[in-house]
Amino acid sequence: MKHPYRILLWAILALLHGRTFATVIKVHPAAGSIQGAIRQARPGDTVLLSKGIYKEHDIYVDKRVVILGEQYPVVDGQGRHQLFIITADSAVIQGLQVQNTGISSLVDMAAIRVQEAGYVKVAHNRLLNNTYGIYLQKSHHCTVVNNQLQAQAVDEQNSGNGIHAWKSGHLRIQGNHITGHRDGIYFEFVTQSDISDNISVSNVRYGLHFMFSNDDAYTRNTFSGNGAGVAVMFSKRVTMHGNVFKDNWGDAAYGLLLKEISDGTIAGNLFVKNTVAIYMEGAARLEVKRNTFTGNGWAMRMQASCSNGLFTENNFTGNSFDVATNGTMMLNTFRGNYWDKYDGYDLDRDGTGDVPYYPVSVYAVITEKIPAAMILYRSFLTNIMDQVEKVMPSIIPDQLKDDAPRIKKWKL
Amino acid sequence: MKTIIKYVLLDLLKNKIILVYTLILAVLAVSVLNLDGNPSKGLLSLLNITLLFVPIITILFATIYFFNSIEFTELLLSQPINRKSVLLAEYTGVAVSLSAAYAAGIGIPLLLLVSGTASLILVISGLLLTLIFSSLALLIFVLCRDKTRGIGAAIITALFFSLLFDGLLIGLIYSFGEYPIEKMVLGAITLNPIDLARVLMLLQLDVAVLMGYSGALFKKFLGSAAGSIFAVSCLLCWMIVPLLLSVRVFNRKNL
Repeated sequence: MKHPYRILLWAILALLHGRTFATVIKVHPAAGSIQGAIRQARPGDTVLLSKGIYKEHDIYVDKRVVILGEQYPVVDGQGRHQLFIITADSAVIQGLQVQNTGISSLVDMAAIRVQEAGYVKVAHNRLLNNTYGIYLQKSHHCTVVNNQLQAQAVDEQNSGNGIHAWKSGHLRIQGNHITGHRDGIYFEFVTQSDISDNISVSNVRYGLHFMFSNDDAYTRNTFSGNGAGVAVMFSKRVTMHGNVFKDNWGDAAYGLLLKEISDGTIAGNLFVKNTVAIYMEGAARLEVKRNTFTGNGWAMRMQASCSNGLFTENNFTGNSFDVATNGTMMLNTFRGNYWDKYDGYDLDRDGTGDVPYYPVSVYAVITEKIPAAMILYRSFLTNIMDQVEKVMPSIIPDQLKDDAPRIKKWKL
Repeated sequence: MKTIIKYVLLDLLKNKIILVYTLILAVLAVSVLNLDGNPSKGLLSLLNITLLFVPIITILFATIYFFNSIEFTELLLSQPINRKSVLLAEYTGVAVSLSAAYAAGIGIPLLLLVSGTASLILVISGLLLTLIFSSLALLIFVLCRDKTRGIGAAIITALFFSLLFDGLLIGLIYSFGEYPIEKMVLGAITLNPIDLARVLMLLQLDVAVLMGYSGALFKKFLGSAAGSIFAVSCLLCWMIVPLLLSVRVFNRKNL
């Protein structure tokens, strides 16, 4: 602040001639290149791309510029190259169609890569047929909103993730539509981030995948038709609210896969028609509340390694099996859930049943041991076995029970 | 042959048991489907009714009817009609009226209240079971000389298929659980028409469950069109083979 009056003067000038500070540099596909325009630009400028096809690659965005597309100009990697590499803080990429990065076994080919930068915004882009769509590494406070990502991945080896974040923090990923990638959204060592209102459909592996990512939240997303809906592994304090897990159907398909996680909350989610709605292994201190499980093969497969979980106020309707487990030990609490298979009574009319409900059926135990026995499911014999077990429990884990099952469904 | 079928049908209509059977099935179907807001649960209850009651009622009723009309049969055989057409006509009469009862009692309410493939499959398997167990009843009729023994055999047959067979199968699965037994289990299932019908239906209702892990084989085989065709043709075999056998036995039988 050597010359405060001069700064003031500049500021007034800037107000009079907006262009002094933020110039708009127009690029046309026939004349000039994006990289050239960026080189020419000063921080704060806008690079405006006209409609057309740009066959450029490895475009370094190393200045604080806004790259803006008019009617979705196409930036094409021709199946061989990476496209944008952003290394500057506060850069913006908006309204482009970025496509065809190609596949490489040496580099993770990304359409838009954000590298050690902060406050970058990637919004309203179409990313088609890329190995990795948006790749954030060692970045923070970035926003990825309203992008459309589409790829045609066939197997896990030769494909990449839609939105891939690694060693980052404070990200906001919102309103994206991701389909046909390996994982829709992938988080590894990402903290304090927020994933909301995304739609992740038909990805080869997971709709959303957490690894070693703590203190994150994902809300109001829809995951359907993926290999598995969401996998949360080795993470702490992840909040999962109001999501929809749908049609994750098939061999070893899950709505939500939890492995070695702790202190999370799963609340207000809807699980419809998944082979296994929630599969949990080594999950500790989870709170599972006010979720709806309907029409699933197994509502929950809970390995005996889970502990101190609280399952309450959930609705279980129309699931083939409510809960399956692989052991007899049970260190979790089920309380006040609604189970449509409950046939107890409520003499004092307080809304909770007077006899406990055992959510693990005999047949769930038997098929857990011998899967081939599934062929006899729903035969008259197995009905008899169920009834016998209700009178005299001997096979089912008798510690796994809901002591206060609801008589009426929760309104969720 | 047509005339005989007509007489059998008229006789059964006069009998009124078929009407009562239809009515009971209809009441069950409507009440079960209206009882619960969840249609798939109602469908399951109807599946249980179909698998449990249809076989035993069909086989008992048909056996008793064949034995009761033995005089009529003998009278017909004194006429210049061959044995085969008499027997088949009697079978057709009984099977058609029982199937009609099932179709009217369960089929119509089901398809009206819960229409869909699952309902259609349930009705088809119920009808097939009716045809199969009437044909088994016919076999029992030609094999047993007196009524008491025949009814006993009918009860045992029905119990065997609805309960005992599954018990044996689960015993088998338990003792050989360590081995890859899926194919064998799949083969064993074809030996029981009730199981075939149940599995056919299960694939409509609980695909998810059957799809997990080792269920994959069942799903792969039975879930495909070829598998369903296989199951249905096995069921048809269960109808045709006893029928042919009984014609054979009846032709040689010394009346």
